[in-house]
Amino acid sequence: MKVSLFIPCFIDQIYPHVGISIVKVLERLGCEVDYPEGQTCCGQPAFNSGYWDEARKTAEHSLDVFAKSDVIVSASGSCGAMMKVFYPELFQNTTRHFDALKLAPKIYEFSDFLVNKLGVTDVGARFDGTVTFHDGCHGLRELGIESQPRELLKHVRGLTLIEMKEAKTCCGFGGTFSVKFPAISTAMGEVKCASLLETGADVVVSNDSSCLMQIQGMLQRQGKPTRCLHLAEILAQT
Amino acid sequence: MITFAKDFKSAADRVTKDLRHRGLIQRALHSYEVKRDEFKGRYQNWNEARQAASEIKWEAINHLDKYLQEFIAKLEARGTRVYVAGTGEQARDYILGVAKENNVRTIIKSKSMTAEEIDLNEALEHAGCTVFESDLGEYIVQLRHEKPYHLVFPAMHLTREEISDLFQKELGSEPTNSPEELTMIARRVMRQNYCRADMGISGANFAVAETGMISITENEGNARLTTALPKIHVAILGIEKIVPHLEDLALFLPMLATAGAGQPLTCYNSLFSGPRQPGEVDGPEQFHVVLLDNRRTELLADAEQRDSLHCIRCGACLNVCPIFKNVGGHSYGTTYQGPIGSVITPHLRGLQNWKHLSSASSLCGACTETCPVGIDLHHHLLHNRRNAMHEKPLWWEKIAYAGFVFVMRRPTLYRIAGKLGALFFPLHKLVNGTPLDPLRSWTKTREFPAPAHESFSEYWRKKKSAKEVNRGTP
Repeated sequence: MKVSLFIPCFIDQIYPHVGISIVKVLERLGCEVDYPEGQTCCGQPAFNSGYWDEARKTAEHSLDVFAKSDVIVSASGSCGAMMKVFYPELFQNTTRHFDALKLAPKIYEFSDFLVNKLGVTDVGARFDGTVTFHDGCHGLRELGIESQPRELLKHVRGLTLIEMKEAKTCCGFGGTFSVKFPAISTAMGEVKCASLLETGADVVVSNDSSCLMQIQGMLQRQGKPTRCLHLAEILAQT
Repeated sequence: MITFAKDFKSAADRVTKDLRHRGLIQRALHSYEVKRDEFKGRYQNWNEARQAASEIKWEAINHLDKYLQEFIAKLEARGTRVYVAGTGEQARDYILGVAKENNVRTIIKSKSMTAEEIDLNEALEHAGCTVFESDLGEYIVQLRHEKPYHLVFPAMHLTREEISDLFQKELGSEPTNSPEELTMIARRVMRQNYCRADMGISGANFAVAETGMISITENEGNARLTTALPKIHVAILGIEKIVPHLEDLALFLPMLATAGAGQPLTCYNSLFSGPRQPGEVDGPEQFHVVLLDNRRTELLADAEQRDSLHCIRCGACLNVCPIFKNVGGHSYGTTYQGPIGSVITPHLRGLQNWKHLSSASSLCGACTETCPVGIDLHHHLLHNRRNAMHEKPLWWEKIAYAGFVFVMRRPTLYRIAGKLGALFFPLHKLVNGTPLDPLRSWTKTREFPAPAHESFSEYWRKKKSAKEVNRGTP
């Protein structure tokens, strides 16, 4: 299957290894992977801050970049949700509405693509250690992704999944919210970290690097050794 | 206008650091969560029940003119005096007028967030009346001269010890740790007040158009006494409380109890259709129903956010909201706290003054997921942000986002910006977390990750050219 990658800007710049891991997993499963060049940001920061005109101008660029793709795999549930759920609303009553509606069904979050489009739950990965899974809110509630990453993790050899009590509670990142209301964001992060530390897991896994940026940033500051890995980084290991 | 936002931020800064508060709210909500899930599980299909409830409220709100007329006509036919108040001031004036006309001195009141919305107690006290809250939680916050902390659990932020201390100080009671004894202390005071009161004021949970009845659901029986013993009963409710049919209550009463309090049904459910009728032995001589608009019709005119009038004030969205759990109910500075408050307060009290509440959200969507009547809460926070910025953009954000658009539409510029960021990032170590740090809002409490030496797009280019070399592409 021919697959186009959507690597959101912050993953491109800060967590390229997540993208590289996705390429590895997809190629291992026989996909023909393509990375439409020229992709930048989906426009979510402007959209969430209320600047929809600016968000639209940025999003138009993404509509153009992915116009020729048939299947698009997003490395982030949040940025995927931006394109899949919010672009159609953002472009309502504009000439690009149809393009946005056409793009939406082509977008898959990474774990959802593996489980529901490829029909694979065992990607032949091996990872020795205990992990706990954090649900990114956009993936969970905008895209309905809950069982897919867990199915994939359960089939990783050597891996033990320990659920944390607050798995579905927001980590407090929320994009610009994290710097506009740092005290609230931090408190939410503390609740999250306390819950994941309670499991004693070695690694926190998520399908959203933005949440992991918040969680890792807090754990590091607290001097905790727990590592943060994107789901793809686990699945890429053999 | 800046003060509301400033007050919110400074209250939030203070409360989020209060670990005692955090633990208290977590513990208080834990037993609710267990019970709520247990009773949700008793529904054949909770989500279908939510859908049904949402459709009933949709019907009511989208034909509000028709149902309100029906409701009013039925009430009036049985001798109820109905007053439609356009503003809070009109509602207050009407109720003050009734009090004055009847020489009312003492008023007993059951729980009403609508009365809170229009600061009714203050107005009545200013006019020389004494108002006693009869709901235990409301009574406690009234003794503390506080606003309700939570729209369903007004005194959720207090421990038994604090309540005992308060009762000792205000009522001269003996110290006790037992909830039953605390309730008995309050009850002894309250019983006297029911008998003394010249007027009872209540809210309403639902207004049934078909029969012209208001429905009140409660656990303490205080609303029954408030509405039955005094010779005048005044009920105040928002115009959105309408449900079309009596049988709708069969869905809404258990749903409100389950979503709001983790109960299958509350202990006392009453319907009121008029004052004492000829031949009846009890009930108030006068029954007034005050229907409050207070900018609800403006919300009704907003097709996008009209569904926020579906709200049955169960408070379920507060109970799952990580913002509410961390900042607490008083930080909002609003009548309605939590997600629903952040959505509707900008409509009821002015967008520019209250837009900060819509920004103070990570948009996690837990509220929308739990709302029993399917209000698209977290998306409405986005809509409020859009409306606020469309009306009055912040100049520095406008400039920042213009730059953002300029860069993000030009991939080469985006790559250069990324390279420059990675190049200069090592210098950030020198100021990390200090007041000189441009990333201080982040780094004060968290580490910021270093940009990678090689971005994904660079990796991809190398990979692609290696492939082409291997294939022997010229």
